[in-house]
Amino acid sequence: MSHSHPYFPHTQEDVAAMLERCGTGTLDAMYADVPASLRMKQPYQLPAAMTEPELKRFFRNLDRRNEPLTCFAGAGVYHHFTPAAVESIVARSEFLTAYTPYQPEVSQGTLQYIFEYQSMMCELTGLDVSNASLYDGATATAEAMLMCVAAAKKKNRVLISATMNPAVAQVCGTYARWHGIALDTIPEHDGVTSLEALEEMLGAGDVAGVILPQPNYYGIVEDLSGISEKIHGVKALMVMNCVASTLAVLRTPAQWGADIAVGDAQSLGMPMNYGGPYLGYMCTTRTLMRKMPGRIVGATTDSRGQRVFVLTLQAREQHIRRDKATSNICSNQGIMALHTAAYLSLMGQEGLKEVNEAGCATMHALARRLCDTGRMELAYPDRPYLNEVLMRLKPGLSARGIIEAASAAGILAGVEVAPDLLLVACTEMQGTADVNAYVELIKNLPENE
Amino acid sequence: MNSELYGKLVFEISREGRRGCSVPVPSDAAGAVEKSIPASLLRTGIPELPMVDEPSAVRHYTNMSTNNFGVDTGFYPLGSCTMKYNPKINEALASSPEVAALHPFQPAGTAQGALEAYYMLQSFLSEIGGMAEFSLNPYAGAHGELTGLMVIRAYHADRGDFGRIKVIVPDSAHGTNPASAAVAGLQIIETRSMPDGTVDIDDLCSKLDDTVAAVMLTNPNTTGMFERRIPEIARAVHAAGALLYYDGANLNPMLGVARPGDMGFDVMHINLHKTFSTPHGGGGPGAGPVGVRAGLEKYLPNPRVVKQPDGSFAVVTHSDDALGRISFWLGNFTVLRRALAYILTLGAEGMMHVGPYATLAANYVMNSLNDLYLQPIPGPCKHEFVFDGLRDKSTGITTLNVAKRLLDMGFHAPTIYFPLLFHEALMVEPTETESRETLDAFIDAMRRIAAEAQSQPEILQQAPLCTPMAHPDETEAATHPKLKWKDLT
Repeated sequence: MSHSHPYFPHTQEDVAAMLERCGTGTLDAMYADVPASLRMKQPYQLPAAMTEPELKRFFRNLDRRNEPLTCFAGAGVYHHFTPAAVESIVARSEFLTAYTPYQPEVSQGTLQYIFEYQSMMCELTGLDVSNASLYDGATATAEAMLMCVAAAKKKNRVLISATMNPAVAQVCGTYARWHGIALDTIPEHDGVTSLEALEEMLGAGDVAGVILPQPNYYGIVEDLSGISEKIHGVKALMVMNCVASTLAVLRTPAQWGADIAVGDAQSLGMPMNYGGPYLGYMCTTRTLMRKMPGRIVGATTDSRGQRVFVLTLQAREQHIRRDKATSNICSNQGIMALHTAAYLSLMGQEGLKEVNEAGCATMHALARRLCDTGRMELAYPDRPYLNEVLMRLKPGLSARGIIEAASAAGILAGVEVAPDLLLVACTEMQGTADVNAYVELIKNLPENE
Repeated sequence: MNSELYGKLVFEISREGRRGCSVPVPSDAAGAVEKSIPASLLRTGIPELPMVDEPSAVRHYTNMSTNNFGVDTGFYPLGSCTMKYNPKINEALASSPEVAALHPFQPAGTAQGALEAYYMLQSFLSEIGGMAEFSLNPYAGAHGELTGLMVIRAYHADRGDFGRIKVIVPDSAHGTNPASAAVAGLQIIETRSMPDGTVDIDDLCSKLDDTVAAVMLTNPNTTGMFERRIPEIARAVHAAGALLYYDGANLNPMLGVARPGDMGFDVMHINLHKTFSTPHGGGGPGAGPVGVRAGLEKYLPNPRVVKQPDGSFAVVTHSDDALGRISFWLGNFTVLRRALAYILTLGAEGMMHVGPYATLAANYVMNSLNDLYLQPIPGPCKHEFVFDGLRDKSTGITTLNVAKRLLDMGFHAPTIYFPLLFHEALMVEPTETESRETLDAFIDAMRRIAAEAQSQPEILQQAPLCTPMAHPDETEAATHPKLKWKDLT
């Protein structure tokens, strides 16, 4: 009757005593209301239980078939350094094994780190308020799109730049398709959002929001001067999708006049972990605060007069508004907000600046040397870039060929944007030897590789 | 902890000249940003991030953690949240150096171990759910609901049936159901519950027509009761041309007993952070994989992991019939690894016991307390049950009072005031990982509270008395929002 397993505390005696209290003779009798035709006739077709050492061996064998490469790829996910102290802090099981902080009296730890996280994201974006996190940068951008339409009430057309990361644009497109939003692409011109095209599209007067990337998919830092005035001129909202780490040095969304800043916080020291978990951040203005999706933590006082933290402005959320809610978000990326807060605490303003300087210096040095090989050139030589750049390959080379050849040599050369376009990124993690190896590899590539 | 000494925000222990981390910086890096990018594109003013040394930062967050209650701290009977034990080996195996440094866009040939883990988990979930295939990309339960509804819309659109714009949900449904439907562009129709919390089939059938895309149900439902007429419901829904959606929030008691696919559900999601033991993380990251019955696989979102004829794994990023893309890549990968570890640790045999033990625990607690607390629905329940407050309503003691007093006694509170069917709802879900001694201690606390309601109601009204903080002024928080450090000054 009882099954001995490390996760089941039930002895045979316990099971018998508990059944007796319930007045049912068997465990089976508790399922008398499940029609016999629906009951499982045989156990699951699953492997037999593994012991802990067997499980470790199993995962070790799986991991042998993963090959971490010296990473020169970005495209939204960057190889940054994660301080050991951050991993140690997020592993605290009081944080990790808690639920959403519904009972503030026993959840001050969670609530306080969210408040700190919100404060830090406001510092980085320059905006007034942050939520407690969304899933990833792509879904956060889609949520911003929903927010634009909800705020505009009657308009349901949103514009997104062609220079947006395609994975982000595709997620927005999917949400738009099923929600019934007309999501149109603003064409690009010479690697950046075409301002002429944007102005013309805004002229129709039916635009609820405009979504722009910074830096854009090609690594270019776009000059958005004057754009917010034009967007606000037609009563639309300006959304910026920014790579979080670059917010420390680039002109902030607030300084560009954006109403909503979103993006992925992965670049703030989160391990790449083959795609997640990361964290989608969202900040906005005080005016739009009550339209923002997700949890928000606020400070208040308790009856003893202490400063304490609580979930607040909950009237926005799905559990209150149900089908009138702008978003269905419930749980988000909780512990990754702690990861971010701990990372930013340890890095501080100095550390984050150094991360940007290191990535920028290494990227520019690498780009120069790659151009010097004569086998590729900058796709947009006149555009400014920080730590990521698009390279155009000379005839005879293909992005796919380079990536395949480099991965055999232990290097992730970048991300293919087109057969002759390779997107390359650098961070503080690539040393001189790594850069040398990359350049040598390109020099020595045979034609049509 | 000493809140006087350690209760500050990290900003309040910041001091110019301190730092908590060193970064490798090339010798020529200083000023690189200013040299490369025109000043007009750079920010003016530096972000005021904290300046703290590593020991201070670690002590700061460690002390904060002691103001938190998790499953490792104590019993956490939060109804509908399945707060089961989160195994330590799953944490140890969640990532590894070979996973942490894996870029999502690196060639599939260099990520075969990751792809196999993904593929294996989706196969296991398909077996457990009785479904043909799963996508593990959704990041949370609500995200899974949204994705599942998009699958349903893609299916109807593919058949050229564009008039199906409604979703029927029970009035007892979790708020995410109607919110997810709204985000998916669907209208919500609520169907009535019977007094026992199950679906009123006559009411449901009267609402089924050719404008209905789907019916969303949990089974067992929100009150912990099994919808015993589910085959009949499935037939009616399918006869009307709609699909039946299984909200996996309450899957735990069904493990080892019955599979949603066999009940007639077409599409489902699973909350890995509930049923498959991944930690809730103070509100994420979770995972909400979506499964579909045979015939609907092609609508699942991209990217998808496929097994090739030679046994290797590949990632498909585009296919014509797919509903689109709902995540940057393949979901919360380290959460998926934890769930895989959990299934492999329990194995086929262990998995058969999860549901029955969870149900036993819930019935044991319910039967030990229903002389003092009002049980509005006759038992037996499944993995959770609802009380409608204390039996004796004359004391004026509310469910909120009971919940707050439990905090004093070293227990997390149950879910309160949900489902909305009962005025004083108190929803208890003990899970299968709690020992009889723990359940007995909880029962004892609940009985003491019922006694206090008679003898010392004022204690209950003031509770909690022993937690790090007392009653917060939530009205102040909402009317004068202070949402960041700089709002405090």
